[in-house]
Amino acid sequence: MPDLIAKSALGFAPFTLAGTTLAEVDMGQITAIAPFPGQSEALSRALGMAFPAPGAVTQSGDARLVWAGRDIAFLIGPVPPDGLPAAVTDQSDGWVSLALTGACTVDVLARLVPLDLRAAQSGQVFRTALNHLPLIVLVGIERSFTLLTYRSMAKTAWHEITEAMVKVGARAATG
Amino acid sequence: MRIDGKGRIDRTRPVTFRFDGCTYAGYKGDTLASALIANDVRVVGRSFKYHRPRGILTAGSEEPNALVEIIGPSNQTPNTRATVQELFEGLEVRSQNRWPSLGFDLLEVNDLVAPFLSAGFYYKTFMWPRRFWEGLYEPLIRRAAGLGSLSGRHDEGVYEKAWAHCDMLVIGAGPAGLMTALTAARAGADVILADESSELGGRLLSDEAEIDGAPAVEWVAGVVAELTSMPNVRLMTRTSVTGAYDDGTFGALERVGLHRRPRPNLPRECFWRIVAKRSVLAAGALERSVAFEDNDRPGVMMASSLPTYLNRYGVVPGKRIALFTNNDSARATARSLMAAGVEVAAIIDSRTDAPDEPGMVVHKGAQVVRARGRMGLREITIAKGGTQTRLEVDCLGVSGGWNPTLHLTCHMNGRPRWSDELAAFVPNEGAIPGMMVAGAANGTFSTHGCLAAGAEAARASLEALGLGSGAVDLPQTTDAPYNIAPLWQVPGKGRAWLDFANDVTVKDVALSAQEGFRSVEHMKRYTTQGMAPDQGKNSNVAALAVLADATGRGIVQTGTTTFRPPYTPVSIAAMGAGGRGDGFAPQRFLTSDQASRDRGAPMIETGLWYRPSYFPKPGETTWREACDREVSMVRSSVGVTDVSTLGKIDIQGPDAGRFLDFVYSNTVSTLPLGRVRYGLMLREDGHVLDDGTCARLGEDHWLMTTTTAAAGLVMRHLDFVQQAFCARWRVRFASVTETWAQFAVAGPLARDLITSELGRAPGLPFMGCTTVTVQGVQGRLFRISFSGEEGYEIAVPTRYGEALFRDLTARAETMGGGLYGMEALNVLRIEKGFITHAEIHGRTTAFDIGMERMVSAKKDCIGKAAAARPGMTGPEREQLVGLTPLTDSPVTAGAYLFAQGVALTRENSAGYITSVGYSPTIQSHLALGFLKDGRARHGETLRLIDRLRGVDVLCAVVDPVFHDPKGEKLRA
Repeated sequence: MPDLIAKSALGFAPFTLAGTTLAEVDMGQITAIAPFPGQSEALSRALGMAFPAPGAVTQSGDARLVWAGRDIAFLIGPVPPDGLPAAVTDQSDGWVSLALTGACTVDVLARLVPLDLRAAQSGQVFRTALNHLPLIVLVGIERSFTLLTYRSMAKTAWHEITEAMVKVGARAATG
Repeated sequence: MRIDGKGRIDRTRPVTFRFDGCTYAGYKGDTLASALIANDVRVVGRSFKYHRPRGILTAGSEEPNALVEIIGPSNQTPNTRATVQELFEGLEVRSQNRWPSLGFDLLEVNDLVAPFLSAGFYYKTFMWPRRFWEGLYEPLIRRAAGLGSLSGRHDEGVYEKAWAHCDMLVIGAGPAGLMTALTAARAGADVILADESSELGGRLLSDEAEIDGAPAVEWVAGVVAELTSMPNVRLMTRTSVTGAYDDGTFGALERVGLHRRPRPNLPRECFWRIVAKRSVLAAGALERSVAFEDNDRPGVMMASSLPTYLNRYGVVPGKRIALFTNNDSARATARSLMAAGVEVAAIIDSRTDAPDEPGMVVHKGAQVVRARGRMGLREITIAKGGTQTRLEVDCLGVSGGWNPTLHLTCHMNGRPRWSDELAAFVPNEGAIPGMMVAGAANGTFSTHGCLAAGAEAARASLEALGLGSGAVDLPQTTDAPYNIAPLWQVPGKGRAWLDFANDVTVKDVALSAQEGFRSVEHMKRYTTQGMAPDQGKNSNVAALAVLADATGRGIVQTGTTTFRPPYTPVSIAAMGAGGRGDGFAPQRFLTSDQASRDRGAPMIETGLWYRPSYFPKPGETTWREACDREVSMVRSSVGVTDVSTLGKIDIQGPDAGRFLDFVYSNTVSTLPLGRVRYGLMLREDGHVLDDGTCARLGEDHWLMTTTTAAAGLVMRHLDFVQQAFCARWRVRFASVTETWAQFAVAGPLARDLITSELGRAPGLPFMGCTTVTVQGVQGRLFRISFSGEEGYEIAVPTRYGEALFRDLTARAETMGGGLYGMEALNVLRIEKGFITHAEIHGRTTAFDIGMERMVSAKKDCIGKAAAARPGMTGPEREQLVGLTPLTDSPVTAGAYLFAQGVALTRENSAGYITSVGYSPTIQSHLALGFLKDGRARHGETLRLIDRLRGVDVLCAVVDPVFHDPKGEKLRA
């Protein structure tokens, strides 16, 4: 056991308004996997999971391989095996993960993200921006979303999302 | 005056409001304008230039006269159109542009001296004497200029920005827009229907048309109910689409909270960015006036506003009304007013062949030549043939025809087309990709025509979307004729107004033409016509017709000015929603942030990061005391600082070494495992991009560090180089800046501190690196130094950053060391002559900073060829030097260097200062700077001049490395 105390990016209690909740979540192990040119298929075989197409996620048990940019995907869950035909980088500590769930998630994100998320399907992933912040949007079931941004920007992300929730909530209360 | 039984207001919900301190009553559903009319308030504002009393002119967002200030608890909003502002309980309104009061305005004196204040008055008058401009004229003009006033405080109101996406955006919910939306929605399209009014229906709510044999409002109610029930339709009322932009993107402003009492957190406005695959502009048309003498008197209004006030709000602005028209559209207005029991004294129709109107006096071939009544219309003069008669009326409705609301079609450089038949501009097809124009906006003015055009626009758009034909049965309605005979101005001696908002008359336009400003764009700027908040909606076409007349060119040849976004005013607060204070830019916080703040460190922003400036101790009163102490501490014992902000890029692959050799000017691939090398990176133009270190973690595994400032820039550069020049190389990289928390430990006791932290001696040579276990956590240790002392950087996964920082701090303090901040870090590196982006600021080369030998002769690299161009090296270049003042005087960054005895002119400048600091080690102020042929001039004495801060100091030119030039401490 390490003697140093591990801290999450925020350590905030979940914030709920208008039937919608924002909460910091621990995604566990996140590993960036970038296959070398022409190695996607070999990588897929080695991992036992298909390297995802842009905007897609492949799943195998608890492991998810999430497209994260040009020739790069994030393996979420297990620690990858050694010897992959790819660059492998531990990203677990680089990101803050926020879960947005509930009734008004799409309305809240419409204030922040320039994407049409109304018809987003579970298993889709988007690289986009949350106002000025870099953002990865993982689409969950029932219009729930997991939002990943740089860990150092966690407070700004939390501030901007809760601000949007407050305004959406005020609109909902006004009718 | 209120009319019983009329209007769509809720008479069961009375509302009180205040206007200029007086309390008035209205109803829910009223606009401020309709409520003022109900209370017989005739003068609502003063004009911009002459301060003439003005009344309400229109019933829409184009209103040029009735601009007021809305006073809220935290906001004071000027130039609010009374015709747009909805009434709510407690609404507080103040008239503007008058002093001391609306009834008596001292600046109305301008109106008396109007003959001297014609167009171009400023340009001609305030030319001389020249010295009067700054002291007298400009302050005077500034005081008199402008409409409305600001509170002088920040706008603390809540605003919102949002995105919306749809298959089809329908702009305007009159007959054409409703028909478009209905047809498209029934075919399954994802539809947004936006209208600037509080209610959908457009002119159908105002005019007493019939659809399918019943009042049109019943058809509207049916359509709105159906649209409301459909999940694929979003109805956006109170939303003005203000601009058309690239790729089907539209700007739109929604009034979210402005029509109700302020509520906590409810946005006042929302600025929408709507992305639509197709759009249909069904924004209707704006009625235009006719210029005649004193046509700006309160009570002279647009004819079409009268049925709106009657049928939507149950008010009429006069007891005895006349109508002045050149087309058939005002006939229905007359009939509505008569039916409501309002006396219509006469219809003055400029057309000699105008139709009769049963039960009404129609003066055919007649014109209104003058209006009388300074504070409210009393009388008009009618000219017919050679005779003039006077008619007592308190309201005159004017219709000079209709201008299609085609503004959005011109937002991407489209130009409208002149229609002789309509005497109006109509939009050109395809001016906005994906947009169709339907109904009155396209010059189709009958209800039947609008419904048919709406259905057709929907059909064509659905086809383009691949959503079928969208056939919907057209409701039955009338097809009333328009029959216009153009009339722009009535000849006469007095002033006839074109632009009410900016006080531009027919004479001003004629004068502009006479003085040579004959282009419509020049006329606009010379007279200010069309430059008021209404942006010429009420006056542009008439003004250019008058200009065409004055220049004898015709309207087509005269052309129009450019229609630019926004269509109606958009508050900057809405466009910048969320951008005040902390919302201005993302904030990046270090894991040590709280620990630093706990120690009272002032945080400074570097890039987006917040870093401690210094760590004050009790008794220290200035930053310099803390900084000097921290520098001495690092030089004598040990200091700890957070360097996690430095960019860290993990680079892997069999071709990684080759790639690094290509992006760094020096050779990196030969670096042994477990070693670190300093590297310099050039831009393609041969100037220095960034510097940093590169560590070899494995055979094919490297870790590049960049400066904080250029972390993103370098990442982008690597991406570009890889994609553009070596896409097939087996190399991949990923940013790990956020993944590791990294702390510098520097000073003679650095090794002891690291030993204490690790529980073992680091055993690393200078520029070595290794993996370590720190308190049970896997980390990395680098022996590198940015201070000139023996230095280490220790890195752990970010989650452990705060714990390690606190632990290192505590251990350092027991050894007589402690934390140091950015100020001390800067002084330490200046003492050592290390560069930052103050030196590699984008205009310096490797030669300039004395590193030309780091551009390897054995290999190619980005920027190498360009760095070898003539002029990139040699004695003409300004080269990095150190400077020490001869006296104990502070020196400043940004100062310039001059040889002694030369004139202090730009041409004589020999160089400039980039970095300064006081060195407690050397006990002198120090500077780094660039000096022409500087390396050959060590030992010279120069003048350091900073005229902005009054610095003039003699300095000695020295080697830039002030401290430990041989690097013995570093390598200890």
